[in-house]
Amino acid sequence: MSAELTSTAALWWAVLFSGVYHGVNPGMGWPLAVSAGLMEARRGAMAKALAALAVGHLAAMTAILLPFSMMTLLLDWQSEIRIGAGLLVVAMGIYLLINRKHPRFLARVPPSRLALWSFLAAMAHGAGLMLVPIYLGLCGTDVADAGHQAAQQLMGQNILTALTVAGAHTLAMTFAGGVLAVIIYLWLGLRFLSKTWFNLDIVWALSLILVGAFGIYSAQIGH
Amino acid sequence: MNLRPDPTFHPTAQLAMQSPVENYGFTVMLSPDGAQPDGIAVVDLDPGSDSYGQIVHQVIMPNTGDEFHHFGWNACSSALSPLTGHAFLERRYLIVPGIRSSRIYIVDVKEPLEAKIHKIIEPEEVFAKTGYSRPHTIHCGPEGIYVSTLGGGGADGTDGPPGIFIMDCETFDIIGQYEMDRGPQDKHYDFWWNLPQDYMVSSEWGLPPQFEGGLVAEDLLSNKYGHSIHFWDLRRRKNVQTIDLGENHQMALEIRPAHDPKKSYGFCGVVVDTTNLQGAIFTWWRDDDGTWQAKKTITIDPQPADPDDLPELLKGFSAVPPLVTDIDLSLDDRFLYVACWGVGEMHQYDVSDPMAPKLVGKVEIGGIVKDTKHPNGKDFAFGPQMVEVSRDGKRVYWTNSLYSTWDDQFYPDDEGGQMVMARVGDNGGLELDPDFYIDFPEGYRGHQIRLEGGDCSTDSFCYPNV
Repeated sequence: MSAELTSTAALWWAVLFSGVYHGVNPGMGWPLAVSAGLMEARRGAMAKALAALAVGHLAAMTAILLPFSMMTLLLDWQSEIRIGAGLLVVAMGIYLLINRKHPRFLARVPPSRLALWSFLAAMAHGAGLMLVPIYLGLCGTDVADAGHQAAQQLMGQNILTALTVAGAHTLAMTFAGGVLAVIIYLWLGLRFLSKTWFNLDIVWALSLILVGAFGIYSAQIGH
Repeated sequence: MNLRPDPTFHPTAQLAMQSPVENYGFTVMLSPDGAQPDGIAVVDLDPGSDSYGQIVHQVIMPNTGDEFHHFGWNACSSALSPLTGHAFLERRYLIVPGIRSSRIYIVDVKEPLEAKIHKIIEPEEVFAKTGYSRPHTIHCGPEGIYVSTLGGGGADGTDGPPGIFIMDCETFDIIGQYEMDRGPQDKHYDFWWNLPQDYMVSSEWGLPPQFEGGLVAEDLLSNKYGHSIHFWDLRRRKNVQTIDLGENHQMALEIRPAHDPKKSYGFCGVVVDTTNLQGAIFTWWRDDDGTWQAKKTITIDPQPADPDDLPELLKGFSAVPPLVTDIDLSLDDRFLYVACWGVGEMHQYDVSDPMAPKLVGKVEIGGIVKDTKHPNGKDFAFGPQMVEVSRDGKRVYWTNSLYSTWDDQFYPDDEGGQMVMARVGDNGGLELDPDFYIDFPEGYRGHQIRLEGGDCSTDSFCYPNV
């Protein structure tokens, strides 16, 4: 029981950590909030831009997690689903490792449509996929407790977990990106923009592979 | 791909001004008659160097008759917007199009003294993938490298309108036409944009038959060269408004938007007003309700001349037109430099108030009638033409050739290529540096200059000044 609690807590921390990880990456958009704030010369514009980025990111997380929350209903197939999802995430990581070009259609989104851009950027980079093994891990620990619950009740619970995971992750992401945006906007200035920017393409792809592999491993040991 | 953004990318124009000064310049070497291949001259601009002010390396092309004109970088400060998704490009390659051959050279200048050709895109590929010909202006932006063209399809480039095409910024593969709705745009020359505000402005010279064999006087006098500027929704690739500057304002060429993306205005140079031979600068801006406006804010008068001193083309007018052929705006959006190629003058305007420019500096050199010598006593062929300003705004470089066949019409007795530099006073004022004078190798003329690490007509900034 306490081992399960620990692993649940660890998984929630992973949700938050991945949010911070996405949030501090300039490629996920926080410099656009600084730009918006400076263009309109008011902090409100920066907050609005951060909110738009958050909405897009949240939508992308939800769009990926919800289908998996339906699949968790197939209790007999649980371990296959988790292994399949893990493989999918690993495959996305390998794809991003090989194909390092950023999709050009992202550059066609006008700067005024930040929510759409944030949604597409998260989808294109597999940001939502990164959460799937963690999410399935969380459902798995719940299911172990409630193996004989009614299907409907279980589905409701899993959807709620998906939304909570997406929400917590997005909050962490927005908070991390927002802190950086505010520091640059109010104190450090744009000179530090380039200093915060690291090429995370490879690290990102490897993270996907790592998280996917964790998903497969944990499915096999039955957590 | 770098692990960090290229140190020559700057979020704002202000930060670019504070960056280290240029050590090298890259200048077009044009063989006007195609007797020799064109090239890129690498010029030493480091005053502490023994070879300061000399051509220290040449990249000579394997073909003749390309006619180099304008060129640009593979990447610039525009990469610093997360929207582009390519923050880790290197500013390393010059994209050098031949406007006569439609061939494009990619020149690797990572080591300026060992600059070399990286890739050649043959004309057939340009024609097949874009339907355009005669590539010209280069800018790097959201979708990659944007290239404006002067000609459409067919042998003389009049089969369909010219436009812009996009190249991949890593592989240099040509992707295809930019325009989805060009509206009334049927000629092309220059273009530039404001990335956060998501607009682009383009201009018009003339169609290839109107310039390749020389200026067509009948076309000019009947106002058949370009006289409109076009405003585009940059990412929707749509012409949203066309402003006709008036048909007498012949050849609306260089587009120079304010570098600070918070500002919604810029300038456009007009070569000649056919009603009075004046040169002109228009200021264009966006109204509060979103419509674009343009107003003539600078006029430069022609100078009376003895017909005996004038080339055939101008004898009938007994005057020499200023011929505003190039303009450039300093990174602080304060000084606009205007090359008056006909009269042999470089003007410096304070455009702090873009609607009321003030002439604050002037240098005389070359010119059809005055033919002013350089302060070092040497000749300057033709007149001041392609002008480039250092990032800190303190040095202004220029060369002398306009376009092979046009040079010969306006300056039938001149030949040669020179690059000179003028220094800018703290509050304006312009003075030629007597010690900076580069004479090009025999048979070559000079054209556009690019400065190592970016200059005042390459980088597009994604963040406003603070």
